Amino acid sequence: MFLGSLFVNRESFRTYVKLIIDESILVGVGSIFIVVIVSTFMGAVTAVQTAYNLVSPLIQDYIIGTLVRDMTVQELAPTVIAIVFAGKVGSSISSGLGTMRITEQIDALEVMGINSVSYLVLPKVIAAVLMYPLLVILAMFLSIYGGYLAGTLTNIITEQEYIYGIRLDFNPFTIKFAMIKSVVFAFLISSISAYKGFFTKGGALEVGIASTSAVTNSCIAILLADYLLAQLLL
Amino acid sequence: MIEIEHIKKSFDGKEVLHDISGRFEAGRTNLIIGASGTGKTVLLKCIVGLIAPDEGNVFYDGRDFTHADRDLKTEIRREIGMLFQGGALFDSKNVQENIMFPLNILTDMTVDEKLDRVNFCLQRVGLENVNQKMPSEISGGMKKRVGIARAIVNNSQYLFCDEPNSGLDPQTAILIDNLIQEITKEYGITTIVVTHDMNSVMEIGEYVMFMHQGYKVWEGSSENISQAEAKELQDFIFANKLMRMMKSS
Ligand SMILES: Nc1ncnc2c1ncn2[C@@H]1O[C@H](COP(=O)(O)OP(=O)(O)OP(=O)(O)O)[C@@H](O)[C@H]1O
Ligand SMILES: [Mg+2]
Repeated sequence: MFLGSLFVNRESFRTYVKLIIDESILVGVGSIFIVVIVSTFMGAVTAVQTAYNLVSPLIQDYIIGTLVRDMTVQELAPTVIAIVFAGKVGSSISSGLGTMRITEQIDALEVMGINSVSYLVLPKVIAAVLMYPLLVILAMFLSIYGGYLAGTLTNIITEQEYIYGIRLDFNPFTIKFAMIKSVVFAFLISSISAYKGFFTKGGALEVGIASTSAVTNSCIAILLADYLLAQLLL
Repeated sequence: MIEIEHIKKSFDGKEVLHDISGRFEAGRTNLIIGASGTGKTVLLKCIVGLIAPDEGNVFYDGRDFTHADRDLKTEIRREIGMLFQGGALFDSKNVQENIMFPLNILTDMTVDEKLDRVNFCLQRVGLENVNQKMPSEISGGMKKRVGIARAIVNNSQYLFCDEPNSGLDPQTAILIDNLIQEITKEYGITTIVVTHDMNSVMEIGEYVMFMHQGYKVWEGSSENISQAEAKELQDFIFANKLMRMMKSS
């Protein structure tokens, strides 16, 4: 029902384009900082831990590069960043809509004859689905770079070895898989959070509860979808 | 003209509105009055369709709103201007954008025309130089007035005001009351004002519906309200000293 009413548009196409651009800037640019931090450290930690676990002299050091690449591109970048994204964007979507609900701003839109679901929710979902994959691509590069920094600065691995490692046996499908995951996660996070916020009842306390439950439910949905997609596509 | 017939509404088994009927004529100020918690806001929301009544019908100039399909509902709603009890300003938009919003959505005026209209409405509610302020930066009474400006900006056919002058000083309150009455007369629109302020009742109460605990107890005009028999209405009217003094004199 909720998702269905998303697509009954009444306002002009131009209005929507403008709203989507605004939301995209909010969602995309607003999340860059946290994504940069998290992904760089994620790559660095992966590199250091892999090195620590590789004690066998039979295994070449460049494997560290390969492992950092495979782990971050396929799993860590889309999934861990999704959890971060749920915490940042999901909670802001649900608390924003929740506040609009309890202060009657959504009612005000409805009285003006505006389809408040499509007006408020659709741009947020589209913006999330557009921007999140870009953030994930950024996270992939940065986590590989983070691994490189950690590896070379601590002399675990040389620059040449790392670069050789990340280029070894590269399977382009992993990128495609990660992008499919990103789109699914972004859709789940934004629609779950919007749903929770939109149907908030009560006062400021309930807005807080809605936003907590938006984040929790998004995280569960992300992990479930992650598992299902791995089963289906790998 | 808006007609309501046998509106009933309960929340969780508790009846909030008991079979309310009435006629709100165009071109005069219709008031719904009553003590706090008697269901005035719920009735108003039933009329504009934000709350679906359990039973009963609402007609906008003969158009059945309760059973209207999506398109007719939207059509009617685009003729409605509403002030909410809490103002309900969009807090991500500044004052000017808030008032301009219905124009952006519902009309194809040019930016200059819209700006003129916004400034005209702001001036009518007695506000100046607040265009760029955010709702969080203005006082409660100013929010109310911006809400009124937003409700009247699109020359709506139907105007609903939920407590337009609560939280305003007596002078501004009268200014707002008179503004609402003026607009109603000038454009011949159908206006419903919810209030519990006796000053407003005496000032602009051409038609008054008195509600008590979800029942319509009395209806009439402010001229004969003080002769009303109903005990609840007597208590409501003569709660304040000034009104009691007027009665005994
Ligand atoms: N969404 C809701 N769910 C449950 N009960 C509600 C809801 N909205 C209103 N009520 C109840 O309906 C009754 C009437 O509320 P309403 O808001 O209409 O009062 P009011 O006459 O506008 O009062 P006030 O002058 O204080 O604004 C109250 O007892 C309230 O608790
Ligand atoms: Mg009320």
